[in-house]
Amino acid sequence: MKVVATRPQSLTNAKFHYCPGCTHGIIHRLIAECIDELDQRENSIGICPVGCAVLAYEYFNLDMLEAAHGRAPAIATGIKRILPDRCVFTYQGDGDLASIGMGEIVHASARGEKISVIFVNNTLYGMTGGQMAPTTLIGQVTTTSPYGRTVEQAGYPIKMAELLAQNEGSAYIARTAVNTPANVVKTKKAIKKALQTQMNNKGFSMVEILSTCPTNWGLNPIDALKWLEENMIPNYPLGEFKVKEE
Amino acid sequence: MKGNEAVAEGAIRAGCKGFFGYPITPSSEIAEYMARKYPKIGGIFLQAESELAAINMVYGGAATGVRVMTASSGPGISLKQEGISFIAEAELPCLIVNISRGGPGLGGIQPAQSDYFQATRGGGHGDYHIIVLAPASVQEMMDFAIDAFELADKYRIPVMIMAEGTLGQMMEPVIPRKMVTEFVDKPWATTGCRGRQPNIINTLHLTPESLEKRNIHLFSKYAEIKAKESRAETFLLDDAELVVVAFGLMARVVKKAIMEVRRKGVKAGLIRPITLWPFPEEYIKRTIKTAKIFLSVEINMGQMLEDIKLVVNGEVPVDFYGRIGVNPNPEEIAEQLLRVAEREGI
Ligand SMILES: Cc1ncc(C[n+]2csc(CCOP(=O)(O)OP(=O)(O)O)c2C)c(N)n1
Ligand code: SF4
Repeated sequence: MKVVATRPQSLTNAKFHYCPGCTHGIIHRLIAECIDELDQRENSIGICPVGCAVLAYEYFNLDMLEAAHGRAPAIATGIKRILPDRCVFTYQGDGDLASIGMGEIVHASARGEKISVIFVNNTLYGMTGGQMAPTTLIGQVTTTSPYGRTVEQAGYPIKMAELLAQNEGSAYIARTAVNTPANVVKTKKAIKKALQTQMNNKGFSMVEILSTCPTNWGLNPIDALKWLEENMIPNYPLGEFKVKEE
Repeated sequence: MKGNEAVAEGAIRAGCKGFFGYPITPSSEIAEYMARKYPKIGGIFLQAESELAAINMVYGGAATGVRVMTASSGPGISLKQEGISFIAEAELPCLIVNISRGGPGLGGIQPAQSDYFQATRGGGHGDYHIIVLAPASVQEMMDFAIDAFELADKYRIPVMIMAEGTLGQMMEPVIPRKMVTEFVDKPWATTGCRGRQPNIINTLHLTPESLEKRNIHLFSKYAEIKAKESRAETFLLDDAELVVVAFGLMARVVKKAIMEVRRKGVKAGLIRPITLWPFPEEYIKRTIKTAKIFLSVEINMGQMLEDIKLVVNGEVPVDFYGRIGVNPNPEEIAEQLLRVAEREGI
């Protein structure tokens, strides 16, 4: 008998706690597969956010830390500066990275910190029950934008991939989605490229991944994938925004 | 050598390999010293974008098992409190230097001891303590940096050195300490799980049982530290009826004042807490029987005063003299001692 699919070495046997249809789990698996394929399991250190992925340290079979809300890039910086040959990554939501942790992420990128950031954009705060995030779309209803986000009240959504791509220190910046099998494959490629960018000492790398939150969007898993495609992708175009070659 | 340079050099001699900080007067010379030295000796110096980032870089650096530190003052130390709470919970050893200034708010860069409460009560959210050392000389700035890292590693706890801005800026001769070459093993460090099970450093406890267990664990460690590491210096205490309690540079000024009033026949003595947390309760307790009055002299509005009162527990009076923004001179303190002595019939 030939084994065609198995649990990546870089994942533990723990069962994910994510809601049905939530794509956090897919993203975890993709990261684990990439770390395995690059043979970095015993060389990796991951940092979890405060957000729905706060327990990711139970799912990755790696040395893991949990950060205060938004501070993961600073912790990753401390680790990477002391241990420059390790593969160091953060896993962060959009509240974590684009709101409270904006200072840490922009400066990690500007310094060209040789870390990889997996940024999960689901347009709102999942863990705390669906409040507005900096990434919430105009018109989108959340518990703190109950009549839909307005520009007058809350300004415009922040496009992190485009923003960080401007920093000279950013070596690889991409935005992908996990709403279709084809996009999942592309996401995996981008994650791998980000990790390789780090290992080749090129600079800062980030993959922004458009992800679903069926629970707080009030949609079933299938409709959530459709909502991502119809609403998120037009506002958050997919693609590579920065690829430093040398 | 300047106090700030001495604490930085002490840290280097303690084997500290990383400094992460953000400039603020009167602590910046520590960062500047590290910025000059580290590139030559293979240490990591990084100017962070904020104190929030700096303390989290310390969190990451300490998690690798290497000795790391940060330094700041007043407003910067406030910003670090989120991270210090996490570091205390995660039990990561590190050094935080507070070259303190007066507050609240932006306050001023004048000498002050106004961060006593913040330092000794934990400072951030949750039930925790950190060890706080208060040097009184430039020599101690260097010595305590080494002690701080030893204590931090031994108990897996953040240690703070808190000194008045005056001490940071002051010049005194220093006998350099030897390089520390022996370090404890840190099998808990997150360095990549080569050849072992993964290590996890986290501070989250989802069940009431595990949260309570965690707090009980921390507090049993604190009890051990209290029992073993409380430190104080005493001066002319044996027959003292007027017992002055003062820490840091202030204590040196008090010593001079005590010598002066002794010449006038006033039996005054000094307890100088070296560890502000754990507060050296035993030293106070031992003097309650012979003391007619305790006098806390601080450069704040009366903070350590509360710790003294807790120990004295109403058995004898506890008085206070404080200034803000100035280091009172020995004459000023002597005048106060004479006033108290006369009032109490000492
Ligand atoms: C300093 C601080 N402020 C607020 C919170 C509360 N909080 C926890 S998770 C979260 C937002 C998480 O949203 P996001 O980063 O988008 O991740 P998601 O849960 O959607 O995956 C907030 C505000 C906190 N833990 N710490
Ligand atoms: S709340 Fe949303 S982001 Fe969080 S696990 Fe559930 S579906 Fe996923």
